[in-house]
Amino acid sequence: MSAATIASPASAASNADDVVRMRDVKFRWPGARGFGLQIDSFTLPARAKVLLVGPSGTGKSTFLSLLCGIVAPSSGTLEVMGTDLTRLSHSARDRFRVEHFGIIFQMFNLLPYGSVLDNVMLPLSFSSVRARRASQGGTVEAEARRLLDSLGLDAHQFANHSTAALSVGQQQRVAAARALIGAPEIIVADEPTSALDRNRQLAFLDLLFAEADKAGAAVIMVSHEEELGTRFDQVVRLDEICRAQRGSAAA
Amino acid sequence: MSAPRLIVPRLAMQSLSNRALTAFLTVLAIAFSVMLLLGVEKVRNGARQSFANTISGTDLIVGARSGNIQLLLYSIFRIGNATNNVTWKSYQDITNRPEVAWSVPLSLGDSHHGFRVLGTTPEYFERYKYRRGQGLTFAEGKPFADLFDAVIGADVAKALGYKVGDPIVVAHGLGSVSFVEHEDKPFRVVGILEKTGTPVDRTVHVSLEGIEAIHVDWQTGMPMPGENITADEVRQMDLTPKSITAALVGLKSKLATFQLQRAINEYRQEPLSAIMPGAALQELWSLVGTAETALAVVSMMVVATALLGMVTMILTTLNERRREMAILRSVGARPTTVLGLLATEAGLLTLAGVALGVAMLYGVLLALRPWVDATYGITLAIDPPTAREWMMLGGIVVAGFLAGLLPALRAYRMSLADGMTVRT
Repeated sequence: MSAATIASPASAASNADDVVRMRDVKFRWPGARGFGLQIDSFTLPARAKVLLVGPSGTGKSTFLSLLCGIVAPSSGTLEVMGTDLTRLSHSARDRFRVEHFGIIFQMFNLLPYGSVLDNVMLPLSFSSVRARRASQGGTVEAEARRLLDSLGLDAHQFANHSTAALSVGQQQRVAAARALIGAPEIIVADEPTSALDRNRQLAFLDLLFAEADKAGAAVIMVSHEEELGTRFDQVVRLDEICRAQRGSAAA
Repeated sequence: MSAPRLIVPRLAMQSLSNRALTAFLTVLAIAFSVMLLLGVEKVRNGARQSFANTISGTDLIVGARSGNIQLLLYSIFRIGNATNNVTWKSYQDITNRPEVAWSVPLSLGDSHHGFRVLGTTPEYFERYKYRRGQGLTFAEGKPFADLFDAVIGADVAKALGYKVGDPIVVAHGLGSVSFVEHEDKPFRVVGILEKTGTPVDRTVHVSLEGIEAIHVDWQTGMPMPGENITADEVRQMDLTPKSITAALVGLKSKLATFQLQRAINEYRQEPLSAIMPGAALQELWSLVGTAETALAVVSMMVVATALLGMVTMILTTLNERRREMAILRSVGARPTTVLGLLATEAGLLTLAGVALGVAMLYGVLLALRPWVDATYGITLAIDPPTAREWMMLGGIVVAGFLAGLLPALRAYRMSLADGMTVRT
């Protein structure tokens, strides 16, 4: 499956080369000690591999929450695939997210009950678009197994395993397979390798990038480890594109 | 191949089965509370039904002056004792009044292995009606004819294993173990009545003269020393009773009921009471009603407690489930999905609790029915839940669902505030 065949209905009007464009975005968490963020400008080109670095407390998690449309900015424009997220309702953003984003957390990515396969196929029950894409080569289950195999987790052995029995590295592979299934345009990863040693970090990244390229997806990854930058097309320092306000709260 | 759309409900079930023990205990708590609530309702209805079905076709019950309920309880339900008797002369006076169509005397005070012995006339077996005018029928044998004949109720026959022709020794007084027995004058079982579900089942019926006969050589509750009248001798004596405990009276016209009741209540020779069984039952219900309401309120409180327990269970698991929420939201689950998931969980737990409770109730009813019947004479109906009970059950499920909204709303707010962060 190549990126060219994936046409998002919302992307027609905008520059198709940028999957994300942010301009003058302002956001503040609700509550008195709310942590705020102001992003002057940020773009994510299609199929690009971008590493976002910054010390803790600079708002990395908030940035990702904004990017994925979990929270909405109070002002500015935030375009993803040509759609202005600020104009979408809450539930429309939720639908939008699952159609276009695959998300990998730092840890605890998986539902502790349910099999490996269940966890991988989870986004497909919320997105018919991704379910359709995933079943193009056969069944969605076959696609899930293929992804697991490609990411270095023997599907034959693990598919029906409970996720609770997996090691951290194996869990992150399952999470990556879940993010990739149905070929969303943007893979968001929040320090997915922080619990791995350096060799396994690099191996994980290589496999992730290979599958992202196959799906035609851009990857934006947050890390505090700048050394990983060599593998990426671009390294963006968070404190250069945005200003944190009352940065005492955790990132 | 699993349909992807079905993953979410399946995951919800798996999430529950992951917490199987706490979920099961919660369901069990709800089940017990539902069983209690419904059980109270069933016993209440069963008791009312049993009481209401016990006497029918009798217009007035006459006894010594006492409270209406007391007279009803001791004469018909064999609960408690008469404080005073009615003299035979007064009874004759009432019987001979022109309004009276029939009357049946009742004489109580003795027992046989804990079952009351009732002295009456053979007319009793025709006149006594229960359950909307149903008459007594004999399973075996016939009404008593001889002085020492006895007719026993179905429970007496079953409990003591009596057959027609067996001898019975009546004990003085009402204890199930009595040390003073009328052993010199045994009775003989001549008839066994069909089961009625009324106190008749637990009664030994003998003739009024029979009661008199076993007491001729007694004085003030003890056999008189040196005076021993044999069973044959007693047959020669005048056995007209001096007094009876109460009487059932039927009238020629129901219109005369109030008039006769008034006349009896104002009888000059002796302080007497006449009651209408239906009116006395109503009085009893209004008296018992307060206790019933209290019982119903208590059992509703128990249900509320069980639901609170469920909410507590869901709330305590909420923190560890924040992760679950964040994962679900990251793959596109709306906060309303999260809300629905938790509320549905509460609804399902309550539904399971209600179903289990109802099943347990019927199991317990089935198991305890013979015992309750034998001990209290209350026939518990094993019917499907009534419309009222269905409404109560439905109300509990709705209440459980609504109670589940509390943790659900909390989870909803948490998942909004957490954003992309996965808290551990």
